[in-house]
Amino acid sequence: MNKQEERVDVVIIGSGASGAAAAWSLAETRMKILCLEQGEWTKPHEYPSTTRDWEARHSTEFSISPNRRARETDYPINELNSPIAVANFNGVGGGTILYNAHFPRFHPSDFRVRTLDGVADDWPIDYETLEPYYDENDRMMGVSGLAGDPAYPPKLELMKPVPLGKTGQTLGRGFNELGWHWWPSDAAIATEPYDGRAECINLSACTSGCAQGAKASTDITYWPHAIRAGVELRTRARVSRILVDENDMATGVVYFDEDGVERFQPAEVVMLACNGVGTPRVLLNSTSNRFPDGLANRNGLVGRNLMFHPYASIQGIFDRPLDGPHGPGVCIWSQEFYETDLSRGYVRGFTYEINRGRGPVSTAYTGVFSGRIPWGEDHHQHYRRMVQRMTGMVAICEDLPEETNTVTIDDELVDSDGIPCPKIDYTLSENSRKMLDFSVNRATEILKTAGAYDILTESPIAGGGWHLMGTARMGTDPERSVVNEWGRSHDIKNLFVVDGSLFVTSAGVNPTRTIGALALYVADSMKKRLATLFD
Amino acid sequence: MNDKVIASETFDSQLRRTLVALLDTMIPANEEFNAPSAGIDDIVNDVIQSMSHDAPLIVGEMLARLNEQSSARFEELDEAARWDLFSELQRTEGHALRTLSGVLLQCYYRNDQVLESLGMEARSPFPLGNAVEQGDWSLLDPVRTREPFYREV
Repeated sequence: MNKQEERVDVVIIGSGASGAAAAWSLAETRMKILCLEQGEWTKPHEYPSTTRDWEARHSTEFSISPNRRARETDYPINELNSPIAVANFNGVGGGTILYNAHFPRFHPSDFRVRTLDGVADDWPIDYETLEPYYDENDRMMGVSGLAGDPAYPPKLELMKPVPLGKTGQTLGRGFNELGWHWWPSDAAIATEPYDGRAECINLSACTSGCAQGAKASTDITYWPHAIRAGVELRTRARVSRILVDENDMATGVVYFDEDGVERFQPAEVVMLACNGVGTPRVLLNSTSNRFPDGLANRNGLVGRNLMFHPYASIQGIFDRPLDGPHGPGVCIWSQEFYETDLSRGYVRGFTYEINRGRGPVSTAYTGVFSGRIPWGEDHHQHYRRMVQRMTGMVAICEDLPEETNTVTIDDELVDSDGIPCPKIDYTLSENSRKMLDFSVNRATEILKTAGAYDILTESPIAGGGWHLMGTARMGTDPERSVVNEWGRSHDIKNLFVVDGSLFVTSAGVNPTRTIGALALYVADSMKKRLATLFD
Repeated sequence: MNDKVIASETFDSQLRRTLVALLDTMIPANEEFNAPSAGIDDIVNDVIQSMSHDAPLIVGEMLARLNEQSSARFEELDEAARWDLFSELQRTEGHALRTLSGVLLQCYYRNDQVLESLGMEARSPFPLGNAVEQGDWSLLDPVRTREPFYREV
């Protein structure tokens, strides 16, 4: 059936935050490493910020929604049974092409949720285990930030923080007045020249690709180093399934090339790096007589425990000009409500991520469609009360794992190669709803204290499924996890997972920094066990 | 046939006149702010060219219905009568009007004249970028004095 390629030692599926880090780390072993990426290299000169209609292109060809973007390199997702829609990008660099580069670490407590709060499960590793890999990932990605944040243990400081601007100062004063925590956000954005990358020039468009190259997407961080070290990255190669032999060992992967030709890539080790929706999709599509319910799924947990991070958006309108959209999207954060306090009515917590303002088109959309800017004679006056005068925050709430929140395979939906596509079934928990409500109320308090006279909220953000976690969770118990404590499948001893699927819990922070660190940790665990890797 | 050809063919000269009048009703010129009407040629052309998929059909049919609702064509009515009809349109043509509104706002607020009237530079963000002040870092002083509050495990 397939054209067969030359055997490699390791085939990595996916080139985003985790695949890039793992490829770079493994390169020093001199093994033959191949990464298969279904998308293409993006060209910085084609990013929206290089054109006048940057705001419109942000919501079409560079939309975070694969269903809206609908490129040939994307796959559709059935998300009708979810209040939160998936956001991703399929191409070299994966989701880091369109992420905001808000780059917090997990806290020590995030790895001990069961022990501390009696919910979900503890991770099989702890903060101390991951700390050197956080540091290594920080060096490779290039992180800006300010040392001394009382919400965190001490950590590496590489570059000066992103500017406060009028936005950060205005909100900072509000937090100070309330006596609440805030700090300049850690950002995977170069605030000075770093590893061949230019410094940030405040383009306003981080979430549609950084034309300046200041934002750390893995196509410009890890990949140049990995390729120079000998890793092969093959684009327009969409993996449909993993094959196994009679000894329950993976033999390689089947993929479709750019021309739609089906090929077989033999490999000694298969590594999944497709994140929380793509990874279970490949595993669940890899059915066989020995694995009728999909690969690595003997306990039925593949695709279960999907976690998103429910987001609330709370924006204020002020009576004076702020920064507008200018700056990196990242500004300051607050973790005043991060750790559990049961008097708030829920368990666990969230981070406030304070962003900048909106562009002229986005302001008009928000104003008109929320009824704040009328049509007719008064349009201009009301528009001018909003433009450059809006800012606020999102609350990124910890999502606890539930087996009923799932990624499965849709009965009908297929991609352009005919590969069955994912279906999301997700329900917002009562705990998440209470946390969202609390976050909206406290954020309203902050914004009003800072001087906002009008508040706009969206909770949860319907299109805000940026973070895809938990669907191939790690653990020491083969009955309660898909892979072991260093990323190897319990069922298939030469199959590894390195992406957000590994997460046991989601914490209340963006996951990309932890995904990169985890990928480096799994790769390093493999390097330390090369002689006994399959035992 | 691509989207732009469909849009051009949908909006013949007669329907275009109706569209111009409707856009001018939605966002009229404002002398105080030196803001142009949404009915100027540059913006109308951009609106027509920017309609994709089934938007030209949806908007075209809405304009045709608009002309059927009074004794004269929409563009021939006086300002007050246009406003009355537009108000009716807002009640009866939710989907179609929302489709047009989305395209109009996108095109109006990227127009050079409009951006200049707002005091904004009419250019792409890259390569010049934007200036953002560093800010007063002493604002952090109260937070710096706070004891670490992350939970030890």
